[in-house]
Amino acid sequence: MTEPREMIRVEKLNKSFGDLHVLYDIDLKVNESDVVVLIGASGSGKSTLLRCLNFLEFKDDGKIIIEGEQVEADTHDLNKVRQKVGMVFQHFNLFPHKTVLGNVIEAPIQVKGLSKKEAIKEGKRLLDKVGLGDKYDVYPSRLSGGQKQRVAIARALAMQPDIMLFDEPTSALDPELVGEVLETMKELGEEGMTMVVVTHEMGFAREVGDWVVYMNEGRIVEEGKPDQIFDQPKEERTKAFLDSIL
Amino acid sequence: MGEFFSIFTGSFDVFMEGLWLTLRLSVVSLLIAIVIGLFFAMLKISRIKVLEIIADLYIWIVRGTPLIVQIFILFYGLAEIWLIPEFWAASIGLAFHSGAYIAEIIRGAIQSITKGQTEAARSLGMNRSLTMRRIVLPQAFRRAVPSLGNQFIIGIKDSSLASFIGLQELFGVSNTMGSNSFNYLPYFFTVAIYYLLIVLILTIAVNQLEKKLAVSD
Repeated sequence: MTEPREMIRVEKLNKSFGDLHVLYDIDLKVNESDVVVLIGASGSGKSTLLRCLNFLEFKDDGKIIIEGEQVEADTHDLNKVRQKVGMVFQHFNLFPHKTVLGNVIEAPIQVKGLSKKEAIKEGKRLLDKVGLGDKYDVYPSRLSGGQKQRVAIARALAMQPDIMLFDEPTSALDPELVGEVLETMKELGEEGMTMVVVTHEMGFAREVGDWVVYMNEGRIVEEGKPDQIFDQPKEERTKAFLDSIL
Repeated sequence: MGEFFSIFTGSFDVFMEGLWLTLRLSVVSLLIAIVIGLFFAMLKISRIKVLEIIADLYIWIVRGTPLIVQIFILFYGLAEIWLIPEFWAASIGLAFHSGAYIAEIIRGAIQSITKGQTEAARSLGMNRSLTMRRIVLPQAFRRAVPSLGNQFIIGIKDSSLASFIGLQELFGVSNTMGSNSFNYLPYFFTVAIYYLLIVLILTIAVNQLEKKLAVSD
């Protein structure tokens, strides 16, 4: 078997907001086609870690290596890096002044320089894929939360990223809409997309995750395959966390 | 009443000339004011201290002095170094004035657009200026339309001050005709009607624009 390609490596990452130290010496590795799920209580630093990976937050020190290249905010063109690392947000952050299709084709046209025709073709394909083939010309305000999040996923995919980051993608959804978004993410994972997912959906972590990372108070407490983490957690804190939510 | 009506109709041609000048003054000054306003709004949100101070200084000076003083300084004061035509002294003075208020309107509107919009755009690889141009400003503009419309109304009425440096715009016409006939009141009523009509039309236009921009709500 060939060695899997390493998509993300994080070494000794530290991050503070003012006096508040939110990430301590984080080490993380994400291989190609892996779905890595970050779990932990609110405030454990998992979202901050995710946001450091596409440089919406800047680390204080440590290394972030994306596809073999160590990326530094002051020497790298972060816009280029971000094109490879798509992100889906808790609150969707769709562009309200653009239609569903407009949201999806904006960056491919403006950033990648795709022709409008090409972008529309690809945009429609992606919207069909996430089950929104009948919503091209609708404005986001007319969509349900689940539909909005699927548009957001299509929008990120339109840049043809190598890695997708999901920051609590279902936390802002009504319970009955969570399933459709998780289903879309599951399909994406099965197609081989490299994904890092911050979520409170333990069912998803167990079923779709290849690797689960439990964080607490800015540190990685324990990580492993889903079965091991959920069935035989080694750390007391992991056990306590899982007992509290399951 | 009959007298007023005959004055209103009899002065129509002269007032049309005044109206034309008022409209030119207003449109020219407001276009320049939008550019100035955008520029200083960008300085204010630049997060570069010295640029912010420059913008604050500009806004402070404009808001802190009467418009008529600003126009007089431009026209009479600067005339010693550079003779600036009345039309341009008034247009630039009005633009300089409205620009400060427009800058604040635009800045407020930009800052009301949530951080998530910028983050989403940046996460797609869009750079700062692209994000501003394609994502933030269009939304900010929409939000600013009612306040901008209000500021345009103020700008149109403020253009009456141009009469004090000799421009025969609407108010200048009414003032001249009043003094020529020693009968001011009918002419002031007449000019009031013209201003009311302009503002009415502008109000309707702004409302229409708001409706049109609301399609995405």
